[in-house]
This record gives sequence, structure tokens and C-alpha cells, in this order.
Amino acid sequence: MPHNYNREAFRDPSLVNKLFAIIEATAKRIAPTRTVPITIMEVCGGHTHTIFRYGLETRLPDLIEFAHGPGCPVCVLPRGRIEEAIAIARHPEVIFTTFGDAMRVPGEKGSLMLARAQGADVRMVYSPLDALRLAQENPNKKVVFFAIGFETTIPSTALTLLRAKALGVQNFFLLCCHITIIPTLKALLEQPDFRVDGFIAPGHVSIVIGTQPYTFIAEKFFRPVVIAGFEPVDVLSSLLMILQQIEQGKALVQNQYTRVVTERGNAKALAAIEQVYEPKLECEWRGFGKIAYSGLQLREQWHHYDAERHFRVTPSKVSDSTILQCGAVLTGRIKPQQCVAFGASCTPNTPLGALMVSSEGACAAYYQYQGIQKWSQ
Amino acid sequence: MVAMKDTHITMAHGGGGIAMHALIEEVFLEAFSSTGKKGVQEDQARIVLADLVAKGDRVALTTDSFVVDPLEFPGGNIGTLAVCGTINDLAVGGAQPVALSAAFIISEGFERIRLQRIVASMAETAQQAGVSIITGDTKVVPRSACDGLFITTTGIGTIQPAYHISIAAGQPKDVLLVNGTIGDHGATILCARGDLALETSLRSDCAALHGLMATVLDAVPEVHCARDATRGGLAAVLHELAEASGVCVCLEENAVPVKSDVTGLCDILGLDPLHMANEGKLVLAVPPKYAQQALAAMKAHPLGRDAAIIGQLEAAPNGKGSVHLINSLGHARLMTLPSGEPLPRIC
Repeated sequence: MPHNYNREAFRDPSLVNKLFAIIEATAKRIAPTRTVPITIMEVCGGHTHTIFRYGLETRLPDLIEFAHGPGCPVCVLPRGRIEEAIAIARHPEVIFTTFGDAMRVPGEKGSLMLARAQGADVRMVYSPLDALRLAQENPNKKVVFFAIGFETTIPSTALTLLRAKALGVQNFFLLCCHITIIPTLKALLEQPDFRVDGFIAPGHVSIVIGTQPYTFIAEKFFRPVVIAGFEPVDVLSSLLMILQQIEQGKALVQNQYTRVVTERGNAKALAAIEQVYEPKLECEWRGFGKIAYSGLQLREQWHHYDAERHFRVTPSKVSDSTILQCGAVLTGRIKPQQCVAFGASCTPNTPLGALMVSSEGACAAYYQYQGIQKWSQ
Repeated sequence: MVAMKDTHITMAHGGGGIAMHALIEEVFLEAFSSTGKKGVQEDQARIVLADLVAKGDRVALTTDSFVVDPLEFPGGNIGTLAVCGTINDLAVGGAQPVALSAAFIISEGFERIRLQRIVASMAETAQQAGVSIITGDTKVVPRSACDGLFITTTGIGTIQPAYHISIAAGQPKDVLLVNGTIGDHGATILCARGDLALETSLRSDCAALHGLMATVLDAVPEVHCARDATRGGLAAVLHELAEASGVCVCLEENAVPVKSDVTGLCDILGLDPLHMANEGKLVLAVPPKYAQQALAAMKAHPLGRDAAIIGQLEAAPNGKGSVHLINSLGHARLMTLPSGEPLPRIC
């Protein structure tokens, strides 16, 4: 966290209560103009987590509904990619490194954690730089880093490759599964029945990309966008800013998370990304299918670091079960508990669908925080 | 002696010959004899029955195996954990610990000086706790079979007739207390592994709780439940309590003491202090009329200075236990147990 800020102030109950009161008053004024509820999509899994952790949804007026967006990188990782990761990890000369997030994610036949139990050398790291260090310490091994995540993690893998090159490390590879958020939002908005009225845009991603890339959402699709921080006061303030735009008939990109997000983002991080990666023609998302230009691949001059090329991985296509309605949940058409598999065959311990996989996925959050009730204190 | 010159443990130290006897004599007996009487080495320790009978009407027996990475960390090591952990499992049943056994599985190549250091700290911890380590075992395994050192301790204790503490004895309206900040041990271990490159002043809370427990039992006529919150953290203990007692546990999130370093670390890694391990944290459920007495008794003890009332038990509809977390905004949510060890969330 670049600023030493008073976190408690952003959880202050009196401030939260005030915000709820203003949101309610605003919603009352808007209500007569609406025939259907106002649906706000929080794009990022971190926001989903805050909404559930603090029970924000339960205190909102009926007029307002949240749709829980696609911004949980573990959730949208296709199962085939996990199978590819496991196939690489099983090579005897490989040390396969990953963030903890991906350890338990099930592929078709198992997870990286299971692969480790079966003998693969799978190690959890906190940074791709740790993986690079492992490569230096183990010159006779091939160290592969599972590069997943949005713009929050992309700069760190790009910078790690730049450093690997500078150090002349030859035994380090990336399994690149990075995805970017803007093409995905565009794909959502282009769907004819997409009902979302405004976006709470991701905070961490925006530290890197800035506020500017969201402009098309306001200008072309006429939806308000507010970039938000992750504390309850941040989320509620952002929601209020969206409602005020709706009330005034505006669609603007606004920045609530001013303590870390700027208009242009982080120039150095963006330059590193540009140097190492280029968009893929299309990229598969779990629960969504293929989205044009939404994934990244290594540029040609970095191909010798590409684990997929080096290990000649056969792309693995694993379809999600047809009874699941992940896509409908992701696009806000249904609530998680309206899916037939929710809580029955699909639970956090046995996730069938993408959104049950990580604690930031909408279904896992619904499941974990189900039975919400107020206690008299 | 051959073993004296060895700097590392080898398979010979587990072979039953001269090297093994030297190791036992020079490392283990040397240290552990300080915790009790020296005597002839029989194949078993013997405890005078009358001594036990004089102290209670039941014998408590518990066992625990210890594996930790790294073996040594700020505030303790695997040896102090092995002594305190087993003492604590006795203490939370209201038992006065009497004696421990200690079994060691050592991988070949382990540094002898390190083993001596760990064994010495075990002896010191046991001595301070007034508990003897009276029997034990040593095995050496090939390097690939164990990573360093595993320790298993078994403890016995005596329970006074008046004490009937049980995880299933929680009653609606009981008040929940904890003796201090949670998550210190888990956070310390995460940092001590060194791959986070974070500097904190955190230390493990590793401590023997039987003194604190005795203080509480002296001060409070009725303690319903007591547990030490270890692996799985406070969350796991509260789930056990809710399920066994068939009650709703209502935890006030803001009342739970947590050090800011622990909160900060958890925020960075997407972990929850409630799930982080402890090695010296006592959770109690007492009838409401004794809550203040219990709190005062805890606070008066060196291991309970940061003690706090953290919630209460409520009747569960249809007797099915559950844990509810009430946050600073007054919102209650169901707290579920993670499916396995919580993994850091980075991306």
C-alpha cells in the first residue's frame, strides 16, 4: 500500500450508516422513473468479497441489485489451462511455481495440489521473482511460473522476464494465462440483453491502467463507471456516485479510489507489459467462452521463455458441465442460488463451476455467507 | 565417545549401537534429566499411582505430533511447541500436567548442535512448566523420508473431582473469552519462512497455559468449555464448540484482539486472522455471571494481559450449532470453515 492511510476510517460505522441513508434517499428519488431494478456490476472479486463480508447488499434498497462480475482471475481460468499446468508440472526436470490461489483450482482430473501429492514438484510462491530466484538456485532444473491474473499481476511477470533476460537466466519459463479486463467489459456490453446499469470498476487493475481506458463505457455505451477502493466506505461511496449519475442522466468515468488511482495509470508498469506481451486474437474464459483480444501472449522475442512452446503442450479443452449457469450469473441474469447446481452438486469443496472456485467468486461468496441474519445485540 | 565428535546425525545414530546410546545419553538424557529424577534406564517410565490419586479422580492422557517449517522461529521452536502443545491439551481439560514422553524422528544429516539446542529448550520449557519428560524414543530416517525433525509428545495429567470441563458443555448465554491476541503464531511462521521478505516484530505466542488455566479455575466456580486454539485458529475452535454443544456462537469481530502486524499481513495475503494458528491461546465459555471474574483472573496473569470478552453463545434453532460473526457495522454473517489450509490470495 503506497500510502499509510487510516483504514478504520473507511470502515467507520457512522460513515457507513450515513452513506446508506443517502443511497436510500437517492434511490427513492430515482424509483418513480424505473420499471426494473438498477443493476450495478462490481467487476472485481475483491469488491464482491467486501460486499459479502460487510453484508452491504442486505442493507440496500430493493431498487438496487449487484451483479457480480468476471474479475476473479482464478474463477475464469479455463479448466483446460489447469490440465496444461499439471502436464508441465509432471515433467521430472520441472519445478512448477504458482501463487497459492491456483493450487486448489480443479482441472478435469485434479488440481496442482493433487499433482504435488502425486510427486510433481509444485511450489507456492508469493512473487514471480521468487520463481526466478529458484531458477538461479537450481540451474539443472526448469522453473516454470504459472502467470495468471489481470493487470494487477501482469506487470510483475513482465518485469520478472525483463530481469531474467538481464541476468541471462535460461531455465526460467512462463505459462502465460494473463487476461485483461477491458476487452471483457466490451464483450459484455455488446451482448444485446446485458442489463447492467453501471459499473463499480476494479481498484487494483486501475492503479496500473488508470481511469482513461474505461471512457468508452461511458461514451459509447452510456453507462456510469466509478473506480472504487475495497473498504465498505469506498464501495458505498462509489455506488452513490453511480446513482447520482443515473439520477442526473449522466454517464461518466469517475474515480473514487483517488488515493492510489490516477488517470493515466502506472507508466512504467504499462511499458513493461507492452515490451513483453501482446494481445491474443482470442482467449477462452471459464463461464464466458471465447472473448476477442482478452488474453495476452508473449511477444516473439520472448518465445524462448514460453512454457507452452518449450514443453509443446497440447491445448486441453475441457467444457464446463452443461447444467451450470455460470455465464448467466456472471452477466447478472440470475443470482447464484437460482442455478440448479448451487449448493447441491456445486459447493466450495466440490466446485463444478468457475464462480464456486475462489472465495472471491460470486457463488462461493453466496455460499459462504448464506444464512445471513441479524442478531439482536 | 564416537558420537561426541559427530557434527551431524547419521543413520548410525538410529542403529541401536554405540552411536545411538551415546546420542541418547549425551543429548536427550543430559537435557531431560534436569526435568525430573535421574534413574536406571528401564524400557518404560513408572509413575507412582498414589501420587496421581492424591491429585485427582481422573487421569488425562493426550498425544500430539509436531511438524513445523521452519523448525526455529521468533518466540520458540519445534521443541517448545511440542512441550507446550501437549501441556495445553491437558490443561484445557482442567488437568494438572504430570509428565510427558517425547519421541523424535530425525532425518540423517541433521545438525547435532541444532538438535541439542532444540532439546535444551524443550527441557527448559518443561522445567519452567513444572513437568517432567520421563520417557522417549529416537529414530533416524534417510534424508528423503523426513525433512529435518518431527517430534511426538504424549502427556498425562490429573483432573480434580470438581472440574467437568467439556467442549459439549456450552450453554446459551455463556460468555466467550480469549486470553490475548490471535494469529501471532501463524503469522510469525509465515514470515519466518523468509519468502515474504517482510520484516515484523511478531513472535510466536507459544506458551504453556496450565498456570493460566489453574488461575481461572481458582477464580471462577464454573467453567463450561475450554480449548486452546491451535491449527485452524479461533475459527476452528469455535466451530468445534458450536457443533459439540449444539449452540450458536456469536463472535464480535471487533472485540477479538489482533495485533496490527497480523492484520496487515493477513490483508496483504488475503488471509483471515481468525484462521491463523495460535500456540498459546485459551478460549473459554463461562456462565454470564462469572464472565467478569474470569476476565479479571485472566488479565491478572502474565499470559492473559490482553484477555477480552469476544462474544457469547445463543440457543441454536433445532440444536444445530453454527458460528456467526458480527462485524463493526452490526452485520452478522455465518462463518464457515475453509476446506483446507487457507492459501494466500495474491492475484
